[in-house]
Order: sequence, then C-alpha cells, then structure tokens
Amino acid sequence: MRRLRLLFLAPSVAVTAGLFLVPLAIIFIYSLLTRGAYGGVQLPLTLESYQRFFDPLYGLILLRTFWIAFLSTAICVGLGFPLALFIARSESRRGLYLALVILPFWTSFLIRTYAWMFLLRDTGLINSALQAAGVIKQPLPLLYNDSAVILGLVYGYLPFMVLPIYATLERLDKSLLEASADLGARPWDTLWRITIPLAAPGLRAGCILVFIPALGTYLTSDLLGGSKTILIGNLIQNQFAASRDWPFGAASSFILMAVVMALLLALLRKGDDAVL
Amino acid sequence: MTNILELRGVSKRYTAQTPTSGHTAVDNISLDIRKGELFSLLGPSGCGKTTTLRLIAGFEEPTAGEILLAGKRIDSLKPYERNVTTVFQSYALFPHLTVQANIEFGLRRHGIADIAKPVRDVMDLVQLTGKESRFPSQLSGGERQRVALARSLVLSPDVLLLDEPLSALDPLLRKQVRAELKALQRRVGVTFLLITHDQEEALSLSDRIAVMHAGRIEQIGTPEEIYLQPATRFVASFLGAMNWIGPVGVRPEVTNIARERPNGSSVVHAATVDTTTFLGNCVQVRTKLASGESVIAELPRHEVRPFDPGDQVHISWQPKDELNFPEPRE
Repeated sequence: MRRLRLLFLAPSVAVTAGLFLVPLAIIFIYSLLTRGAYGGVQLPLTLESYQRFFDPLYGLILLRTFWIAFLSTAICVGLGFPLALFIARSESRRGLYLALVILPFWTSFLIRTYAWMFLLRDTGLINSALQAAGVIKQPLPLLYNDSAVILGLVYGYLPFMVLPIYATLERLDKSLLEASADLGARPWDTLWRITIPLAAPGLRAGCILVFIPALGTYLTSDLLGGSKTILIGNLIQNQFAASRDWPFGAASSFILMAVVMALLLALLRKGDDAVL
Repeated sequence: MTNILELRGVSKRYTAQTPTSGHTAVDNISLDIRKGELFSLLGPSGCGKTTTLRLIAGFEEPTAGEILLAGKRIDSLKPYERNVTTVFQSYALFPHLTVQANIEFGLRRHGIADIAKPVRDVMDLVQLTGKESRFPSQLSGGERQRVALARSLVLSPDVLLLDEPLSALDPLLRKQVRAELKALQRRVGVTFLLITHDQEEALSLSDRIAVMHAGRIEQIGTPEEIYLQPATRFVASFLGAMNWIGPVGVRPEVTNIARERPNGSSVVHAATVDTTTFLGNCVQVRTKLASGESVIAELPRHEVRPFDPGDQVHISWQPKDELNFPEPRE
C-alpha cells in the first residue's frame, strides 16, 4: 500500500523538485554572484544585487506594480462578483455561461493581447470608428498607458475571479437566503449580510489568483503599456535580456517572491480566523 | 375564536418544462388557522405540505386562491413584508454569525431600536443564556433548533411556521424536544403551523390537524377526530396501523384474539396464527383469514407468546370499532 502510494507520488515529486525547486536554487545562487562582463555570472559571492534593489527607483517600480495589480484586482472583484452571482442564479443556462467565461482560454494570451492593441491604437478600430462618426477629431490616447495595462490585466484575469466565486455561490445553501428574507431582510441586505460574507472564501481565492499573476506580469505591460509603464516583471525581464545583469534580475525575482509569500501567508491566516 | 390565517382555494401549479413535467403541488386547499393554536399539516412526502408552507412564508406565489393573515391578503407580498417567520427543517442558521447575531438579525432588519431586552428574554425563554458568542457549528442539534426558534419568535410573528422541526434531531432527543415545543407554544401563545410526516408527532403536539394527500386536504380535525373518525381510507391508513377486511377497517388495539369462539355481539372471524412479535409494551399477533387477508391483534404484554404459528384462533371486535369505507381504493 505504502509502496504503491510512493509510486504514484513519484512523478509529481520529481516534477516539483526538478522543474521548480532546482531552478529556484539556481536563481538564488545567481542572485548572490557577480555580474559577468558579457552576461552570465561569476564569483565572488556578494549581496550587492540585493542592496541595489533598495534604490528608490526600484522601490517606486515595485510600488507602481502593486498599485496596478491592486486596481486590476479591485476591478475584477467589481465585475466578477455580479457575473458569478448571475451565473450561479441562472438555472438552465449555467453551463453555457460558464463555457463563455472559459472560452477566451482557447486562444493564446499573446494573440488576445495583440487584438487589444489593434482595438486601442491611434489607427485602431475604436479611434477610427469614433473619428468616422465625427465624435472626435484627434485619436484618443487609448494605448501605451497605465489604463491600457489595467484593461489588459482585467480582461486576462477576470475568469480567475469569476470561477472561484461562482464555486462558492453555487454551493451556498438557498435556505439561508430564504431565512434572511423571512426574518425581514430586503434583497440588498441579504446580499450584503449573507451572500457576500459566505462567498468570502471564493472572493479570497479569486483575489489571490488575480493579484499574484498581475504582480508578475510583463507581457501585458510590455505590449499595452509601452515604454512608459515599467513594472517589476519588465524590470526582471530586462535584467536577463537587454541589460545582461543576471544577478540583479535574480535578486529582484527573489524580492518579489518574498513579498508575494508574505502577502499569501497574511491572507491565509486571515482565512483561518474567518472559519472559526 | 378568531382566525389568524386563512387559505381560500389556494393552488400551486408548476408550469410544464416538457409536456409531461408540469404538475399541481397544491390543489385548491382551504384552511382556517385559529389564533394561538398549534396546527399541523400532516402527510407523506410529496403531498404538498411543504409547498403550502412555502406559499404562506412567501417563498413561492400561489397560482390561484387567496392567503389572508390577520384579515389582510398577503399572497403576493414578499417574505420580508409578511409577519410570518419560519423554522427551517435544516434550521438555516447563518454560519458566519454568532448565536446572538443570529437572533438579533431580524430585529435589526426591522429597525427596532432597543433590541437588548427582547434578545435577552428570548434567549432566556429557550435556555440559551451563556451561548451568545458561540457559532452555530459549535452547538448541538437541540441547541441549533432552539436558536432557530428564538430567532423567529423574537419577532413576535402572527404565525410561526415549523418545517419538520424535529426531523434533524436524533430519536432519543425527539420526544423530549416535542414536549418542550408544546410547552413553549403554550407559554408564548404564538400560533404555530407545523409541517410533519410523523403521525405520532402530529397527534401528540397538535390542537388540530389537517391531513394532506396528493395536494389536497383529506380531513381537518382534532387528533381524536382524525384518529377515531377518519374521513377517508387514506387518513385511516396513514394515522396508525389498520386491519382491512374488504371495505372495513379495524385498529389492531381493538382487535381481540381467542382460541374459543367468543359469545355476544362481536364480529367474529376464524383465522390462523402467522407470526407473534414481542414489541416490549405489547405483543403483536399476525393472523390470516380464510380469505387470505391479514389481521393483526395487539395484546397486553402479560400474555407473552400465548399463540404459536399455525394455531387456529378466532379474532373479533365490537361493531362500534369498525370503520367503513365503501369504495376501497387499493
């Protein structure tokens, strides 16, 4: 029995160790080494890369990244909760709506982000249409700014907010909602005092699933934000590509990861309290 | 006595999703519930009693008929606009709120300013004092039921609806809680409308009972009337055991059994003993008539195993104990 269990666990343990822990260890070692003249790394060991990160310039980038990830998550909550509620309450078409939420995953995220570029750019569909209709003379600056990045993040991660919220709402005991109305609560009161608190686990899961990838994003900010919007993800990518400063890139990755871990732990601990 | 709740020709039909799926859950029922009484809707599952409760609570709207509460029509009002509260079968306590917050919930929704005293009084009434800050998951089944009662009673409803209030409790607790429930109802004087499929529960608790079957009311009456003078064959069969000899029904507890043919004005049949079962407080003897019909006689305990399978016996009863239903449905 035990041997069989080990046999079944072995592949996932091998994948986790080989493809996750080992690269992590490599990145950690890189972050402590010195930058090579033509990229790569060399001895001696140093903490210089970590010290460099405390330059206000990088602190600002980290703050901006948090702010944009936070805004995107908040907008996803605002859009995702009503959508999940609507799907959970629709009796017969539930499957169809869920399929529609998942449908965008069938196309590559890169292609979908390019599609947004075609929509938003100065000669794009939206600006051309508005100009043709005579609403505007000059094209609106829709692309290459923070709003475009947030739009792209919300668009990309909204399903990750909708699905966990839907899962908790679908399980919600309907007699609790009836009991609330029975005791005199109007629909908004029931939503606020019963539905939302009981959907908290789904909301929390959705926020984690949106906020954390949004923190590490670089594709969306690169394509929709242009050169004006540098987020921590772009910073890290740059260190490994253009700047060829692998130790600093590795150190930045570790700092981001540490912050994410701290946040996750805080959120999970809060979750435990709510259960009691 | 004044009627607090009246149902007049109330029906609930579910429209068909497919040509065969539409059905009538409640079929033209009329009821008068008197102020302060404990009234039971009794019937098997699927008889429409739960739908009737949901129509009164406002979770569903009737497709025909009128519901009047304290003389006013309420059948199209929302649940939060009716002075009727419900104790749900699952109790439906809010799991994220404490006992105290569960009980305060309704008072706060009604914008009542001074809630401390009514909450304290009702917690005292159902003996929950000291459990204020517990969560529902930390309570026993009996305690949860009392929170559900307190939460509904604190609003002083015109009618308190109870949906199978004892079914979630374990059998040992059930009889004790049954007695407490009746005592509680007498003390607070609130009209209780209880839904149950348990005939013993209905008989022991109720001032009056309505027996429901297939969406209709078969009979309304006191427990004695329903048990001793059932109006239909269904009511006779559903409340307590019944021996059927053609269209005639006789209760096992008034059926006598003897080896000798009894004298007098009794109705007598020859029979063969089938099985004898010891039930603790009585002994049940199952016999078979020459016609093949089974007749059960219940004897006092002191006559333990007086008959063996295959014994030739005479069963008898007094003509006054016969119940006649000219058109047997089975």
